[in-house]
Amino acid sequence: MEETKPQLFKITFDGIEVEVEPGTTIMQAARKIAEADQSQTSIVPPAMCYYKPLPASGGKCRACLVKVAQGSAKDTRPMPKLVPSCITQVQDGMVVENTTNEAVLEARKGIVEFLLINHPLDCPVCDQAGECNLQDFAFEHGSAHTRYEEERRTFEKKDIGPYVQLHMTRCILCYRCVYTADQVTNKREHGVMNRGDASEISTYIEKSIDNDFSGNIIDVCPVGALTDKTYRFKNRVWFSKPEDAHCDCDKCSGKVILWYRGDEVIRVTARKNTWGEVNEFICNTCRFERKKTSDWVLEGPTKVKRSSVISANKYRSDLVKKPDFALKLAATQFKNIDDTREYVTDKDTIRHQSIENNDKANHRSLLNQNN
Amino acid sequence: MARKILTEHIHVPGIETFDVYRKQGGYTAVEKAIKSMSPEEVVEEAKKSGVRGRGGAGFPMGMKWGFLAKPEGVPRYLVCNADESEPGTFKDHYLMKTIPHLLIEGMIVSSFALGANKSFIYVRGELMYVIRILEKAIEEAKAKGFLGKNILGSGYDLELVVQPGGGAYICGEETALLESLEGKRGNPRNKPPFPAVKGLYQCPTVVNNVESISNMPWIVNNGGEAYAQIGIGRSTGTKLISASGHIQRPGVYEIELGLSVEEFMNSDEYCGGIRKGHHLKALVAGGSSVPILPANLIMKTANGEDRLMSYESLSDGGFASGTMLGSGGFIVFDETACIVKNTWNFSQFYHHESCGQCSPCREGTGWMEKVLHRIEHGHGSMHDVDLLVDITKKIEGNTICPLGDAASWPVASAIRHFRDEFVWHITHPSEATAPGAAYRGDMALV
Repeated sequence: MEETKPQLFKITFDGIEVEVEPGTTIMQAARKIAEADQSQTSIVPPAMCYYKPLPASGGKCRACLVKVAQGSAKDTRPMPKLVPSCITQVQDGMVVENTTNEAVLEARKGIVEFLLINHPLDCPVCDQAGECNLQDFAFEHGSAHTRYEEERRTFEKKDIGPYVQLHMTRCILCYRCVYTADQVTNKREHGVMNRGDASEISTYIEKSIDNDFSGNIIDVCPVGALTDKTYRFKNRVWFSKPEDAHCDCDKCSGKVILWYRGDEVIRVTARKNTWGEVNEFICNTCRFERKKTSDWVLEGPTKVKRSSVISANKYRSDLVKKPDFALKLAATQFKNIDDTREYVTDKDTIRHQSIENNDKANHRSLLNQNN
Repeated sequence: MARKILTEHIHVPGIETFDVYRKQGGYTAVEKAIKSMSPEEVVEEAKKSGVRGRGGAGFPMGMKWGFLAKPEGVPRYLVCNADESEPGTFKDHYLMKTIPHLLIEGMIVSSFALGANKSFIYVRGELMYVIRILEKAIEEAKAKGFLGKNILGSGYDLELVVQPGGGAYICGEETALLESLEGKRGNPRNKPPFPAVKGLYQCPTVVNNVESISNMPWIVNNGGEAYAQIGIGRSTGTKLISASGHIQRPGVYEIELGLSVEEFMNSDEYCGGIRKGHHLKALVAGGSSVPILPANLIMKTANGEDRLMSYESLSDGGFASGTMLGSGGFIVFDETACIVKNTWNFSQFYHHESCGQCSPCREGTGWMEKVLHRIEHGHGSMHDVDLLVDITKKIEGNTICPLGDAASWPVASAIRHFRDEFVWHITHPSEATAPGAAYRGDMALV
């Protein structure tokens, strides 16, 4: 290893070349591409559990699996399995396939299905609807039908304190709130109990969550499992208008978004970046107690993507790009028809050949059925 | 009589005590390694022996030791994985309870080779009495100067700790085991980094199975090359097989790798054949997580060669017509066994034991179990079979640890080889749900 300035690694992501610093993850490289060129946003793998501001998060939901078609310039072998892009670091010369690989999209479809089979789908009464990562994820990658016929898993309701409402039934066990409590607050009172699909987020022996930064677990939750009790059932997110604001807070940065409905501040949240990640965590006083415009210095309307549900009031399917693999396959396997064969005119030969071809086709379809 | 390495002295009365074990030539490997060999030489012997991990994956142990990072000033650890919980596998349990000093001796030799001064044996929580046996053996070895400070006056220190687990299958996965050993929730870690670089307490760590480590005293005494002579091809040495199911003589047998499956199943020295008046229907060759084989693929491979008890021969033909040696849990089914019920049973196990960390395994294992429950109880429909195949494909390879694969292989292989039995359950629900019912269609019985 030479100890000069860090050499940049060149990787190819979905056919786009990008140079990143060593130690960058595949996900961050993809985000770098999208940040440089807004039209490429759809190539970024979705993240349900990974949260950049929380070190050690990621690798759990498997939504961001990608195919590494070439490990590095030195070792050109592909990686045998799909790898989670949020925690896999890039190597020089790596070639990654995300939206250009059918297996990746197939696996992702599977993940959506897995996450949804036990999700209650109570979006019409869920406060998170409209800003829910699972909704976005399912809309972009899932299918409209379910193959799940059994009863969905439910949990007993638990009260975890005055500010945060826990709806365990909606949880997708991303562990983000656990990392937040570990890394942002001074003491963690909740964690994951039990095992397998009975795992649940809970406080130890029904204690309540009580510390100054506990409200942040609402912001990091990708679904409606942790919601704001002071905001419950008050509003649909697309009816409110977000405004950037700040205040002089002795506990946190005081940089927030005020969500207005008419003249009333109905909710305060932390500011998020393009990827839905909190920029600076805020304290409970800012979040739950300063709900008057006079408490804040307004900065102007928050920039919201035109395509988002908050702005457009609906999901816009025209913005979801779905690659056509049949066309791609046809393009790569296109061959000119071999015209050097003799032209058969004899009727019996033609009949015989067609029977033979039919048999082959039948055999193939049987094989496909059996495998 | 076949060659025995691990179980040679196992029937000597009092072998669990230090004195009897010593009289049978025990602890000579410790003396030889510590007094006359360097750690590198021991690792070299392990590499030469070609001994492969006996926990299921079959990764060469010497190579695994070679990957161990050795940064200055950072402790290294050896952890023995005795969390044997695979349904159908009970070899480590037997080895530890009857001849605990073999494992202790192996641990001393291996720790010396790796330069570990503190080593752990992680035993599954259900086996508390085995833990007491091991602790007693450690006390005895310590009293005789084979453990503790300054072993045999060489200046090498080793502390051996026996740690009971909580009885979770997932803690047999090496990184989950390390998490559990650290006192955390037993969730597998994302790899890389591998334990050889960042393992226990973020220090380089080697995790080996009980049986792998127990081979070390023999390898040190007789040399790695002598060990490599035993067995066949790249499957060197002997292997403990836990035979169970519909056979005459279930139990733990030590076989030389390369023994034919037919001989193992039918000879009176081993399983003694299928129970009288019945026919072989299926075989799970290496513990519940490996693919199940139908009768016509057990004795011969798809190419018509004899199937042998070795890593290569059992996996001949890939998953289409082969299986894996795995951890050596040899489960035999005769024609009275219902494959659907058995698959459902395995699937229940994986559903119960999934740690719940990553979504395909957490949700998929439960889903498979519910669909199989439905089929087994006569409420299935034809598309359920294809649904199951699709779920297995979506779990396999997409999870953090191999539990997802282990849960999907038995289901996928059962459908691959016994699809007509699943279909029969769906088309004949009343017959299939009758007590003791098993499909007797036109399948090949041997």
